[in-house]
This record gives sequence, structure tokens and C-alpha cells, in this order.
Amino acid sequence: MLNIKCPHCGMRSQNEFSYGGDATIKRPELNKEVSDQDWDNFVYNRKSLRGKHKELWQHISGCRQWIKVERDTATHEIFKTVKAHEDI
Amino acid sequence: MTQNYRLDNIGLINRDKKLSFKFNGKNYFGYEGDTLASALLANGVHLIGRSFKYHRPRGFFGAGVDEPYAIVQLYRNNETEPNVKTTEQELFEGLEATSVNCWPSVNFDIGAINNFLKIFLPAGFYYKTFMWPKSFWYKVYEPIIRKAAGLGVASIKHDKERYEHKYEYCDLLIAGSGPSGLASAYAAAKNGARVILAEDKPRFGGTLLTSEVNIGNQTGKEWAENIISELKEMPNVIVKNRSQVFGYYDHNMLVMSEKLSDHLPKTKEYHPKQRLWYIRAKEVLISSGSIERPLVFGNNDTPGVMLSSAAKEYLKVYGVLVGKKPLIFTNNDSGYETAIEFKKNGVEPIILDTRKEPNSEIIEEAKNLGIQIKFSYVVVAAKGYKKVKSAEVAKISDDKNELGILENITCDCICVSGFWTPTIHLASQSGNKTKFDKDIDAFVPGVSKQSETTLGAANGTFTLAETLKDSFNAGYELSKKITKNDNKILHPTVVEKNKTTHDKFWCVPLPKGKNYKRFLDFQNDVAVSDIEIALKEGYRSIEHVKRYTTLGMATDQGKTSNLNGLQLVSNIENKIVPEVGHTTFRPPYTPVTIGAIVGREVGKHSRPTRKSPLHSWHEKNNAVFVDAGVWLRPRYYKIGKETLFEGSKREAKNVRANVGVCDVTTLGKIDIKGPDAAELLNRVYTNAWLKLPVGKARYGVMLREDGIVMDDGTTTRISENHYHMTTTTAQAANVLSHIEYYLQLVWPELNVNVVSTTEQWAGAAIAGPKSRNLLQKLFPNIDASTEGLPFMGYMEADLFGVHARIFRISFSGELAYEVNVESDNGNFMWEKIMEVGQEFKIQPYGTEALSTLRIEMGHIAGSELDGRTIPYDNSLEGLVSKKKDFIGKRSLDRKAFIAEDRQKVVGVVPIDKKTSIPEGSHLVKDAMAPIPNPKLGYISASCWSVEYDNPFSLAILKDGKNMIGQKLFAMSPLKNKTIPVEIVSSHYVDPKGERVRS
Repeated sequence: MLNIKCPHCGMRSQNEFSYGGDATIKRPELNKEVSDQDWDNFVYNRKSLRGKHKELWQHISGCRQWIKVERDTATHEIFKTVKAHEDI
Repeated sequence: MTQNYRLDNIGLINRDKKLSFKFNGKNYFGYEGDTLASALLANGVHLIGRSFKYHRPRGFFGAGVDEPYAIVQLYRNNETEPNVKTTEQELFEGLEATSVNCWPSVNFDIGAINNFLKIFLPAGFYYKTFMWPKSFWYKVYEPIIRKAAGLGVASIKHDKERYEHKYEYCDLLIAGSGPSGLASAYAAAKNGARVILAEDKPRFGGTLLTSEVNIGNQTGKEWAENIISELKEMPNVIVKNRSQVFGYYDHNMLVMSEKLSDHLPKTKEYHPKQRLWYIRAKEVLISSGSIERPLVFGNNDTPGVMLSSAAKEYLKVYGVLVGKKPLIFTNNDSGYETAIEFKKNGVEPIILDTRKEPNSEIIEEAKNLGIQIKFSYVVVAAKGYKKVKSAEVAKISDDKNELGILENITCDCICVSGFWTPTIHLASQSGNKTKFDKDIDAFVPGVSKQSETTLGAANGTFTLAETLKDSFNAGYELSKKITKNDNKILHPTVVEKNKTTHDKFWCVPLPKGKNYKRFLDFQNDVAVSDIEIALKEGYRSIEHVKRYTTLGMATDQGKTSNLNGLQLVSNIENKIVPEVGHTTFRPPYTPVTIGAIVGREVGKHSRPTRKSPLHSWHEKNNAVFVDAGVWLRPRYYKIGKETLFEGSKREAKNVRANVGVCDVTTLGKIDIKGPDAAELLNRVYTNAWLKLPVGKARYGVMLREDGIVMDDGTTTRISENHYHMTTTTAQAANVLSHIEYYLQLVWPELNVNVVSTTEQWAGAAIAGPKSRNLLQKLFPNIDASTEGLPFMGYMEADLFGVHARIFRISFSGELAYEVNVESDNGNFMWEKIMEVGQEFKIQPYGTEALSTLRIEMGHIAGSELDGRTIPYDNSLEGLVSKKKDFIGKRSLDRKAFIAEDRQKVVGVVPIDKKTSIPEGSHLVKDAMAPIPNPKLGYISASCWSVEYDNPFSLAILKDGKNMIGQKLFAMSPLKNKTIPVEIVSSHYVDPKGERVRS
């Protein structure tokens, strides 16, 4: 079980969090033309990286904040966690 | 009855407390402090079971966790547990055990015929033989193999024992209380660290309990006892025996199973049987010791052949002689320690040493004691079927290839020592890159991945002085890093006998003309010849060899066999062991009871139960409850002997005719506040929200980004910047997370706050033609007319002194209102509604009637919003704005979503107007078409229409909009029903929606 440092609450066990996927995906802006390919990339296409991965977690059983986590998908090492509005 | 193999003045058992027990129906006795194994051996019992494949007789091989043979079916307090290791099970009064894997009895086992057919049961036999014909596998082969193989029998009763989980944090977790564990725990604890010291056995001290050493001025055993009693007194230390750290997981999370009651005849009331500890440690010290390796020779599985360290432990801890004419067969000095113990206790051992001219203090001591030693000698084969009677021995040439003349030595046990294998399981599980140490012919931990250090024998350090020095140092250094304290304990001086190097020889060649089975893996009957076959057949990877031959599998996971298997593969393949590599060490290190893993989360504790504030009223009024997610909701209120069908029909009819009230507290509620709240709703819902006036509610549908409907519900504008959103019961948590995601990550510029208020409000839906009259009576000061409170209107009012919110919304399709009050006032509200409603013939209604009402109105719900449908499918396309953007809108342009013959919700009525259509039935054109019959759609919800008094269902049907009037078949293979049906509009009752607006 991972130990994730919530930037708001401190070190907490993984079972307080829920996983939210790739943190680098940006939602296309509202009311803008979006090509089929761009929309597919936003909704469906994800890389399955081995190594450093920037991802979202929500501290669902804690402060309910979404946070960004940089984690190695092979070793589970966590390098950095930041608040939702911060860049990782 | 006397115990012929028990000595009087040696051992750590409590001779004042006799315990009686039963094995295979026969009565025996032992003492408190015995294991089942030591008690049986004290009584001279060596035959415990039959082996897995050949059903050969099985005895004892070890004295602890490594035991491959001696497993039994245990009976305790009217329960039974399979495959319990006799070497770990402590004796208790009234213990009963039976052999496993033998029929009809351990002495006469029919399966033993396999032993004589063993030429037909080589590696991969099952894979090769039972392949054809395919259908025979399930019907014939598998049941027979299952009956013949397998070990114990699992209980089919509900386990009444209590198992607990515990979470703990510490600076240092130390696994194993041998010399290195004690030393490092002591040094760290004295330096202020929070320490957990775990020992899997009942007694602390590990090898210090059996070795002849001195630490400081004390014997090893006394030193261990003193350290432990001091540690137990320290507030920063948790000391646990009977506790096995069995798994090392990510981020230094380790799991330990503590057996609190397995050694007692019965678990004390309110006490747990076992406790699973989840321990997050800053540093882990692995002091798990080492396990002696077998030597391999003919018939080395005969009862009476056992590890020399086990023989020593039985003698020194339990005062039990495993034999009175022991033969010690060793390739290193450890065998001498066992021989010396035998000699000191009046038994004459003979030592066969594979080495030519070894020299060390301990060998000198053995010689001085007059023990008979034969150098360059090996055991070729054990003789005897159910017990060792003698050994065939021979001199071996210096190159270890040639055997001399075979001789016979009479003996009743053969104690083998093939040197030591460090227990590196935990280190390996943590991700440590293990390395092969040529000096000890075994793997040891290499570079750590997590914060973990391995010490002592587990690290390949086999002298006590070095172990203590390293461990005191590690305990001090690691604790200093964490606590910043600097209180260093000097490590004591050690007196121990020096030892010389071991012999790398471990597998005795077969003499000419003999075909003895030489076993590597005793639990799975894997012999040298099986590995040879696997390699001959082309298996190369050690993982494949393992799976093909079953080497290292089953309950002992190859603790005694893995390394010899690797050696053999590397010898045959002419490779060195590190190239072959070892198989993966996976948790758990030893078998863990499923009950311990599950813990308290069984039965009704497997998930939380949520109850509405009105729950006790429902209970008092004969509600029959149904699970709605984790909520309990009334399904119907039973009157007399009413069935569900009768009761729900009565309730639904009453809503249509008079007025009913339904507990809708479980609906998700989200309070939304802020100047941008309307903008948020406008983006989240598919329809327009910017112009909703204060005091009005609106129905909305929200999508996921992939265009699939996520949820629906009404949202009400309470005041300028304040909205009250409702969600379905099931999606409440997901919708909140969904909105939080957009507010925190996608559109942080929106000035809005959201919070769940599901539990803050109790809700009652009042529905039926007389609901307005009732409302007016409940709230005499409001104008309840359709002008005063129009459809989708909202107002706040006073309910007999209690603040209430009134929404004119309807799920039943009738004229209806929802009244919300603060949860604490829920019961008051409900009782008032029932009291005032008397004159309007009010009845409460449950979820079944609620479903009936919505289905016949064609209102969609969870069964249609099933994660596969888009707004069009649910006839909600009118709510999809063409003018504005919203979550998921772009996806609705996808080709499949705009297809002409896209699926759509329809109504379905059986032609005979009598037969109810099972939910999940498939709709097909031709009932007689060959399988797979093309499926046009499926029944999503069924009810008995109270309006028309016939069955009615909703379905999601391909090209639904053009199918009205068609005749199809509803087929339910599960219920074995084929029903001719007609497709009708989904709006079966009041298609124009006049009632809700009345």
C-alpha cells in the first residue's frame, strides 16, 4: 500500500485516496472547435508509461482535494506531490 | 502411558502441566510448551501422513516453519482446519488431529499404489496424459485427480472466530528474535526508537535457545531472556511472539499475522483468534535467520530422516529424542553440534562427514567425547518403509563421483545437514536485488530498494560474534538516524566454538544398478529424476521448471528444496547458480488464514449500512427493507401476510387514487454556492441553466466526457447564488467527485463551492391526486394552489414550528411534492404527514411501488442510465442544448451516437397481458432462430401496471423509435421463458404529463 503525502494533510495511506489518471491531459476549452483526433486523445487515449508518471489522486476520505503526484509506475516511488493548481 | 523418547532433565517445556491429545483416534499426552510434533515424537510416532503424489509414508523433517511433511487436519472447538504444520501447532488440552492425503488410513493407504507405478508418474504426467478427449477433463479426469490429490479438507461451516486488523507505525520493525533481532532491537530501543520486535515462534531467542554459546557472563539462553524481559518493560517497544511478518509491500508497509488463540483449546470470549497487523515502518531490520538444507540421497523422504538442526531443537527445547540410534550425515560442522547433544544425553551417535579431513574446535570436541566419525562417507540410501531401520552407506572418492563398497549401518534416524540457506524472502519481496554468495552456496540480500537491512544468518553471517557486532551497530545507527539520539550500547563479548568451511557436495550419486528416488521437494514429491526430465524436455527458465515439476510449490513454498533444485539445474545445465537465478519470493512467507486477511469485514460488516433518520418508523410499521447501495430502504410496508407483489401493488394504487408518502432521504444532495454557480450548472448539465429564476427547480441530465449519461436529477435555485442539487442515490458520491474535479482542476476560475448535504436533510415525497389537499393542511399559511406553487416551484415554509423546504417535483408522474426538513426533525415531519394524511387515506410506499409508478410513466432511472446509454437512448434528446457547450457534448457527434437506427427506450407489453417479462430478457425477432439469436434489445425494468392491471416493461431497443407497434419475443434463457410481446410507447400512463401539472 502506497504512502502518499497530501499537500494539505500530510502523509496518508493509499486507502484514503482514489486514483484519477494522467495529470498532463488538458481538457479542450469550451465552445472551441475540436478535431475528432484531439477529442479522442482527450477522452480515450492514454499512455501506459513505465517510469515517472504524473497523475491525479483525490484525497477522497480526507480533505477531498484533487492533488498531483509524480510516481514511478514500476517501482511505486513517489517523487513529488503538489496541490491541484500547482504545476508538477 | 510413558513417553519413551522424552528425557527427564532437559528442555523448556512445563512438566507440571500434562496435556492429553488425540492423533488418528489414538490418545497420547504431552506437556505444556510442546508442539504437536514434539509431543508425537516423544511418544515415538513418526508416521504422520502420506505424500502428495506417490502416497509414500511421511514423518517429520523440520521443527518449524520450514516443515514440508508433517501437516495434519486439526480439530479445535468443533471446527477443523486443514494442512496445519505439526511443527508450529502448539499442544493444547484436548487437541485432535488426523492425517491428510491418505485413505483409508495412514498405515494402509490405497493411493500408495502410485508409489509402485511411479515410473508412470514423472514430471508433467498430468499435462501429458489427460489431454484427450477434451470433454473428459471436466467429467472424468479432474474429479478423480482431485480426489486422489489434494491435502486437507477445508471446513464448510461459517467461521465463528473473530479476526482483527490493526494499523501500527514504528521507527524500526524487527522481524525475528534470534541473536541479531534481539541485539538490534535492544540497541535501537535504548536509543529511543519506537521498536516492534516480532517472533513467529512462541519462545523468543531463536538459535540462542539451542546453541552452546556464552554472551557476556551468561549462556546464550539467559542473555536472550534478560534482553526480552527488559525490552518488554520499555514503553517505546512492542514485543510480539507467535507473530509472523509474512509480507513486505510498497513504501515500507509490512503485514504480520499474530496468532493469539491458536494455542488455546478455545478462543476466549470476545477475544480474536488472530490479528493482522499492517505496519508502516521507517526502517526494517530483517533478522529471519536461516534454514538448514537437506542432503539428497536415496529414499531420503523416509520417516526418520530429518534436519540435524531439528533433531537438536527437539532435544534441547522439548527434551525429545528423535531416535536412540542416530546417524548424523553432514557436509559441515553443524551436524557435530547435534551429535554432541545426543552424546551428552546418553545416546551414541555416528557421524558421516562428506569431507575428507576437516578440522575445527567443534570437531575436536566431538572426537574428544568419543563420538564415532567416518570422514569421506555418505549415506547412499535410507532403508525401511514407514520408518528408517538402517542406512546404506559408502565411502566416497575425493572427486565425489565414485562410491566405495556399500555397507549397512543400523540406525533409527538420519539427521542431515547440508549447510544453511539464509531466509531472504522479506528482503526479496521488498525489491532487494539479491546476489549469490559462493562461500555459502546461497543467495543473500544485495542492494536494498526500500529502507531495509538484513542481519545475521539471514545475511549469510554465521558466527555469533560478528552477528552481534553488526546488529548492535545497525540498531544504533538506524535509530540515531531517526531519533537523533546518541546513546550507544557496547556489544558484549562472545564465546563460541569456531567452525571450518562446509563441503559443496550435497547430492549423493546413485550406486550402480540402483534406482533409488532421491527427493528434492518433499511436499510435492519432486525427485532429482523429475528435474532431469524437465530439462531434457526443454524447460530452461527456473520459473518454468518450477511450474512443470511443482518444485517449491504448496504450503512450504520450497523452504528446504529451492536451493538444492537450483543447484541441480545449474549442475545439469553447466551453469553457475546466479545465472539460473531463483524463483520469485512472493508473500505470504507462510500460509495465512483467509479469515485473518478478511478481518472483521464479514457479513453485515463487509460494508457500512446507511439508514435514513426515519428508519425506526419504517421498522415499527413492518417495512421490508432492500439494499440500495449501502442504504437500507423500505421495499414495501407489509400488511398481514401480503407478498411483495400484493403490497407494492396496493401502495402504488393508493398513490394513483389518493396520496402516498415515500422516504426519499437517500437521494444525493449537493449544496452549491457562489457567484458562478449557475455557470457551473450550465457546464455540468446538458440543458440551459443560466435563466432559472430563484424559487424554481429544473430537471437536468449530466454526461461523462464520453457522452454517456452519468446521472439525472433536479436542481433548485434557493437564492441568487445558492442552489440545491439532487442526484440519484447510487451516483451521489461520484457526482460530487466529478464536480470537484472540474472545479479544482479544469475550471478553477469558477467561484463556486460544493458540499454534500445528503445526510443533513430528511426527505418525504408526497404523491397522488390528493397531495395538494394534504400539503395545504400541513402548511396552512402557504398558497398551495397551482398558481401559488406551480409545477417545478419551490418555497420555504413552517411545518408546525419546524423549518421546511417544499419542492413541487414528481418522480411518480402524479401531482407530487417533496418536503425536506433537517434530519433531526425527519421523524417529526413524517409523523405529521401520516397524522394529517389520515383523512386523505394516506399510505407509505416503498421502492417497489416507486418503481412501478415511474416505469409505467416511462420515467428513466438507474436501470436505463446503466453507463451504456446516451441522452437520445433515454428519449432525453430534448434536454440537450444545441446552443451551449457542456461536459461530454463533443462526444455526442460520434458516428455510432447519431446512427439512424440508434437504440431507444420503448415500452413493452406481453401479448397475453398476463405474463410478466423478466428483467434482462432479450428482445428478438424470431424465437426459433438458431443460436446466437440476433438480439435487438433488452428489458431494463419490469412492473405490473396498476393503471391498466397488466404487466408492463421498459426496454432499450435498437431503432426503438421506428419499432412502436411491432411484435417481438422477449427471451429469458435464465428463466427459460419466451414471451410474445408488443412494442409500445414508453409513456404508458398519462403520456402528455397532465397530472404533474394539475
